[in-house]
Amino acid sequence: MIRAYVSGDMASVALGADEVVAALAVRGVEVVRTGSRGLFRIEPLVEIDTPEGRIAYGPVEANEIDAVLDGTHASRIGRIEDHPFFARQQRFTFARCGVIDPLSLDDYAAHGGWQALDKARALTPQAVVDEVKASGLRGRGGAGFPTGIKWQTVLDTRSPEKFIVCNADEGDSGTFADRMLMEGDPFCLIEGMAIAAHAVGAGHGFIYIRSEYPFAIRVMQAAITRAAPRIAPFALEVRVGAGAYVCGEETALLDSIEGKRGQVRAKPPLPAIEGLFGRPTVINNVLSLAAVPFIVAEGAQAYQAVGFGRSRGTMPIQLAGNVRNGGLFEAGFGITLGELVNDIGGGTETGRPVKAVQVGGPLGAYFPPAMFDLPFDYEAFAAAGGLIGHAGITVFDDTVDMAHMARFAMEFCAHESCGKCTPCRIGAVRGMETIDRIVGGGRQPGGLEAMPQMRNAAARPRDRAAEIALLRDLCDTMKFGSLCALGGFTPYPVLSALDHFPQDFDQPATAQAAE
Amino acid sequence: MTPNETAPPDTAYADAATRLLRGRPATRDALLPLLHALQDEFGYIADAMIPVVAAALNLSRADVHGVVTFYHDFRRAPAGAHLVRLCRAESCQARGAATIERIATQRLGVTMGATSADGRVTVEPVYCLGLCATGPNALVDGRPVSRLDAAKLERIAAEVLA
Repeated sequence: MIRAYVSGDMASVALGADEVVAALAVRGVEVVRTGSRGLFRIEPLVEIDTPEGRIAYGPVEANEIDAVLDGTHASRIGRIEDHPFFARQQRFTFARCGVIDPLSLDDYAAHGGWQALDKARALTPQAVVDEVKASGLRGRGGAGFPTGIKWQTVLDTRSPEKFIVCNADEGDSGTFADRMLMEGDPFCLIEGMAIAAHAVGAGHGFIYIRSEYPFAIRVMQAAITRAAPRIAPFALEVRVGAGAYVCGEETALLDSIEGKRGQVRAKPPLPAIEGLFGRPTVINNVLSLAAVPFIVAEGAQAYQAVGFGRSRGTMPIQLAGNVRNGGLFEAGFGITLGELVNDIGGGTETGRPVKAVQVGGPLGAYFPPAMFDLPFDYEAFAAAGGLIGHAGITVFDDTVDMAHMARFAMEFCAHESCGKCTPCRIGAVRGMETIDRIVGGGRQPGGLEAMPQMRNAAARPRDRAAEIALLRDLCDTMKFGSLCALGGFTPYPVLSALDHFPQDFDQPATAQAAE
Repeated sequence: MTPNETAPPDTAYADAATRLLRGRPATRDALLPLLHALQDEFGYIADAMIPVVAAALNLSRADVHGVVTFYHDFRRAPAGAHLVRLCRAESCQARGAATIERIATQRLGVTMGATSADGRVTVEPVYCLGLCATGPNALVDGRPVSRLDAAKLERIAAEVLA
């Protein structure tokens, strides 16, 4: 009997993988559903088991299956590991994704699974924390805070109850690594959380997954049921978000699990000291926790040896938007933005010139190709007025209107603001209005300003330069006055668009309307 | 459920809340799971559910109302028979989502965020489905669709307007 591997990842299904599987099943082929290998241009991807290894074909349509089965399909790729997109990667976290059946405990164990948990449980909690510290792992959700230090704080805080919370509220556009890992290798995340639980002395864990990820929710729930005896006495459960972007902020996420409005908490106290239900809590991103099994199994040194500057290890980078080779590319820090977008990404899918890339989701800065020599590194991006965030790179071609994107950033902030702090709640709305006036060429004083009571209102017209000064001032207030990164980082896309693409803010309003 | 169907009586909500809570302590953190379960069963969070949920979890009605209205997922009126959620986030915008949105709303005869008068279809924005390399994307009755173009929209329209 022929055996084939086809991804059951949400992105593969969205491209027709289920239809391909149905066509294979009709022909009596045994199909193993895996996660995605991570290059979506070749999805739906079919891999056929042969004596020479798994031979891949993609993209494949359901009506082309016969050509795949007799080996004549034009999209024959050969061994996927030899494909240039994969050969250049260094997969620590995503080693199993796309290879194994995500819900098979046997597959997981056969590919090195649980070794790290067994090793960790034979060590003292402090030794595990030391290993994570030595690896140099930093929070992959975007903040880049050293994971080992966070764990140390929780370990050192005495409490009858502690929690491990996984932030899987991956709301940033241009990012999908958390989703792919949960769908493609859920036991890896579970193992990472179980190691964290041993390291800090926690008994219960939560994985907070956004509701927009129905596949990930289903796979994680099934995986938790199967892995429960293996990770006991540690117990895990999935909590499902409800469409609030701000719940990706860690304290809002904790409030959401507690059954409250997802509003940001003021810090201190840190969640590591008073977190979920007021107890010491490790809250880490999916990718941070999923990096831990490799670190513990292979040793901190193996992880730490890769990287750039103070950014150690690998980063699962996501190439998204208008890019030819979109997908997941895990590599050591230090690779440049230009290599990622042009060499690996292959430029835009439309074939037009790249005008801008947004790195780090809706709160990340827009960079022009002139800055493509930037190395992928937390500090280098911060110095350049941006952030790597969750390492999503969204590519735009030369048809994009950057004033429109700047306005969208403010609009999104206004839409998603939790409302707790004023700079974000009101600033975002004022930001939208100000950008509209910049694009409109300034503003004339209206009837309101002319009223005798309005002594402090501007009686003279404001030109575009004055409106831009106002926007910069507003961004300054939002950046330094907001409680969390939503209001605090929205100035990044706005100001980077303004700084790098000023010509786009200098257009007649009709160009905006055409968009 | 279509809008002209009559809503079930409050006792149905109370019975459902009791049933859906079973096996879970009636503590505050059960609120979101309970609201999700009620919406899965009834299609929306009816006004009459709020006091029922408040009583079940020993919360004030204002508190439950505050949570229900905070989260975009909880709808206060039934959606159409078919639900089309179109992604509007940056990566889909970079791949032409604005054009797709215009074609889709025209073809389905409904504005963004609204339900058609006959209750057949609701079109809603969604901010990222995590399929960012293959947009524009949609969820059609929970089924993900990538690389949306005029032809795929036509197939979707034929399906939901049938």
